Amino acid sequence: MHEQTFWTMLFGRLSWESIPLHEPILLGTFIVVVLLGLGILAAVTRYRLWGWLWHEWLTSVDHKKIGIMYMILGIIMLLRGFADALMMRAQQAIAFGGAEGYLPAHHYDQIFTAHGTIMIFFVAIPLIVGLVNFVMPLQIGARDVAFPFLNNLSFWLTVAGAVLVMISLFVGEFSRGGWLNYVPVANIQNSPDTGPDYYLWALQIAGVGTTLSAINMVTTIIKMRAPGMTMMKMPVFCWTALCSNVLAIAIFPVLTGAFALLMLDRYVGMNFFTNDLGGNPMMYWNLVWIWGHPEVYVLVLPAFGIFSEITSTFSGKRLFGYSSMVYATVVITILSYLVWLHHFFTMGSGASVNSFFGIATMVISIPTGAKIFNWLFTMYRGRIRFELPMMWVVAFMLTFVVGGMTGVLLAVPPADFVLHNSLFLVAHFHNVIIGGVVFGLFAGMVYWFPKAFGFKLDPFWGKISFWGWVIGYWVAWTPIYVVGLMGTTRRVRHFDDPSLQIWFVIAGIGALIILVGILAFVIQIAVSIRNREALRDTTGDPWDGRTLEWSTTSPPPPYNFAFTPRVHDLDAWYDMKALGHAPPAEGFRPIHMPRNTGAGVIISALALVLGFAMIWYIWWLAALSFVALLVYSIAHTFNYDRDYYVPAEEVARIEGARTAPGAA
Amino acid sequence: MPRQGNGQWARSFPRGWGKPAAVLLAPLLLLLAGCSRDVLDPAGDIAVQQRNLIYTSTGLMLLIIVPVIVLIIVFAWRYRAGNREATYDPDFDHSTSLELAIWAGPLLIIIALGALTWSSTHLLDPFRPLDRIAAGKPTVAGEAPLTVQVVAMDWKWLFIYPEQGIATVNELVLPVDRQVRFDITSTNMMNTFYAPTLAGMVYAMPGMRSQLHAVLNRPGDYEGFSANYSGEGFSDMRFRLRGVDAAGFETWVVQTKSAAALSTPAYLALAKPSEKVPPAYFGSVEPDLFHRVLNRCVPPGTPCMHEVMAKDRQKGGSHVSHGAQPAAPPPAPAKPAPAAPHPHDTSFLEPGAPTALG
Repeated sequence: MHEQTFWTMLFGRLSWESIPLHEPILLGTFIVVVLLGLGILAAVTRYRLWGWLWHEWLTSVDHKKIGIMYMILGIIMLLRGFADALMMRAQQAIAFGGAEGYLPAHHYDQIFTAHGTIMIFFVAIPLIVGLVNFVMPLQIGARDVAFPFLNNLSFWLTVAGAVLVMISLFVGEFSRGGWLNYVPVANIQNSPDTGPDYYLWALQIAGVGTTLSAINMVTTIIKMRAPGMTMMKMPVFCWTALCSNVLAIAIFPVLTGAFALLMLDRYVGMNFFTNDLGGNPMMYWNLVWIWGHPEVYVLVLPAFGIFSEITSTFSGKRLFGYSSMVYATVVITILSYLVWLHHFFTMGSGASVNSFFGIATMVISIPTGAKIFNWLFTMYRGRIRFELPMMWVVAFMLTFVVGGMTGVLLAVPPADFVLHNSLFLVAHFHNVIIGGVVFGLFAGMVYWFPKAFGFKLDPFWGKISFWGWVIGYWVAWTPIYVVGLMGTTRRVRHFDDPSLQIWFVIAGIGALIILVGILAFVIQIAVSIRNREALRDTTGDPWDGRTLEWSTTSPPPPYNFAFTPRVHDLDAWYDMKALGHAPPAEGFRPIHMPRNTGAGVIISALALVLGFAMIWYIWWLAALSFVALLVYSIAHTFNYDRDYYVPAEEVARIEGARTAPGAA
Repeated sequence: MPRQGNGQWARSFPRGWGKPAAVLLAPLLLLLAGCSRDVLDPAGDIAVQQRNLIYTSTGLMLLIIVPVIVLIIVFAWRYRAGNREATYDPDFDHSTSLELAIWAGPLLIIIALGALTWSSTHLLDPFRPLDRIAAGKPTVAGEAPLTVQVVAMDWKWLFIYPEQGIATVNELVLPVDRQVRFDITSTNMMNTFYAPTLAGMVYAMPGMRSQLHAVLNRPGDYEGFSANYSGEGFSDMRFRLRGVDAAGFETWVVQTKSAAALSTPAYLALAKPSEKVPPAYFGSVEPDLFHRVLNRCVPPGTPCMHEVMAKDRQKGGSHVSHGAQPAAPPPAPAKPAPAAPHPHDTSFLEPGAPTALG
């Protein structure tokens, strides 16, 4: 008894039973992850890379390196999230008639929760934030973001959240409440386990990172544009990044607030979202969707920006209707706050409220439609080079219009009454998120990869990846649309009607084709690194680009631009090229730069410990890490050694060595 | 577990990637093949109207979607870099008339769709009593709808027929061509009450009463379920929907009346979480049971929500209700309450036990 109390005091509710040794799938995954991890650690040690890793990357405040690290995080988490997707597809393909499939409810429910949570919070957000981080400062001619240290901290807080989600795979369990951790399922009365706590702490920590990052990006765009770049001469990608981050600043606090209230319910017995004592689960649904719907646009707006840049570059034309594109983006930003209720028309808000939110939702399709037409007329009378990025754009346009149409259909409340929570809905949002956000991200990664690393990605494996994703998407999701129209609903673990099985088998095949696309992407990167000399771009401008990021070397020097560019026109770099501009080769001055710091890593590590301790009720550790977090953060504010100058000779040396357009 | 379909996977796996025509046609064929089931071939007038609305809206949107898809393909092909015959105009970036057209086109479609949305949302509002049984068949004036009280439990459905004084679990029997009003609540989780063939889904929420008016027009056996994930036993939270004619309904009610009573203890036993519950029948129900479920005061001695709220109001609080209503004062019983069940009557049938109707 005494020993028991001691154990509980020391480890909270953590015990050997928390490790799922009895679940072969988890145990196998665990062993593979541990072996992989040990392999990487051994390699880093063997090649003495620890110092390089720490000084050059982990502590870096360079927006380009942080952007690349975000992308790596997103791609790793994509593999995890996609593994969950394959498991679900396999389960639904075999669990028919009397068959229960291979996943018990307890496991299956965690998988669909983890899939959604990971794909949105730890795949889509890091990839979008990563691209914005890398590209936007270069496009506006800045040397870094407004708050370089904050940028590093945001990244590591996101990593801490992702690590917590990954820990839940092997220690304890994840939430079973769906990707938004819905109450009442996630209330302490119904889920007393660690699942919802893992969810809440992971997303709270990562959410702080996302909010800080959004503040950082907005400040950067407002304050750090190159001279001459008025708002209406800013590249469209920067406009979409601005709107996306303004949205994020407005909505993430709502999510944080909702999660904080749920934490109060779960930790100190309050009743905001419980069934009794005046609590109301519907309130939670409203709050999470006030975040949730704009979040879709946080993700898709930058993707629209990517498509705009690529269409213009590869059509060899100015973007058609720049100002209407900008206004469309702003209109979407504003409208996206006014539509959240369409996620629960069937909750009984009454006909007038439903009509309002339904029509508001449809109105969004007008600016979105205008964007599609603008891309279309950018292609019109162009000279379209169908290289990989442009292939993604065309695939996006064809796929996305279908998703847009099914979305507007779902916005008609009486139609939504039969389609809500159905697989038709699930197919719709995968249609817009894969067809819009994921295709956009791949387009962007292929497009800007040479800027980041100085060599292009291998086109052969890129095309296999492209066709795997595009064909796989249609094979996987068309049958899901069909079974949705037949009245099949989501999150179901097994089905009675054997006639449905064929559709799920086809969907499973589609998922495997997407797997080919994902693996081909990984192979593409490996092959491109191996053949980097053959794929090397020495011009810094491999696609005949139009915006400022192509005016510097690939990869850009730490300070991006030795001389801050002056902007006279939209498509500033195209303008400079047309006027025969060359960057000056002399007259360099020392460049003021921010210094790297380990504070972001340390603060995030402490936040991770705090989250873990709170999840497992290890109160002493929670208190300790919280105090350490506070003390360290305050102490860091007294660190005045935060900047340095790149001496003029060093700048001259770097610029002299560069094979940039000006020198070439 | 090896299943028959697995062998065919490997065989039907596409060998070559270059079959764009097949890929483009496949969705269309699949959609056509999918037209034979509940949502698209419903047996209830509300679901029929909802289905028709899906068709109309889709048609309206295709007016713009199809030309856009065609234009994407045409422009992508015509203006490819290899085609030196196409006009190249690198500075063409603005045209006021085109801009007007591309904003006005979608706007017109959305105005039409918006008008359709406004009227259909009001006409098909689940709270609104029906004014027709089917196309061309108005409701009989003065005929009150049949009331069915729906309680979503973890993880099964309880249907109470207050006017008949009977209740069932996981089986809903409805007379065809008669308007039905469902009063819907839940004991713990949020579910949706959904019989695709009958009408769209409506949330069942603890402490809240939502409503659905609907009518079933074709006799037959159908399926209903919860469409909102509600935890462990969710996937098996299904019920049978049987449509019978008026005489068949009367016979069924009389038969069911001989089943055991749903007393408070029986209800409390039933409300405990259970999965894959077979249909069960109760010959009598306490008349205020639904009201107590709604107000979360079935266990003896629990204060009812509406009483607590009334007290709060007296102290100066206020409450505005709209839409799905929080628990409200009980409606007057439709008919005299049946004799109170024996206090010790624990007649709830365990899952698997023989039921009154077999």
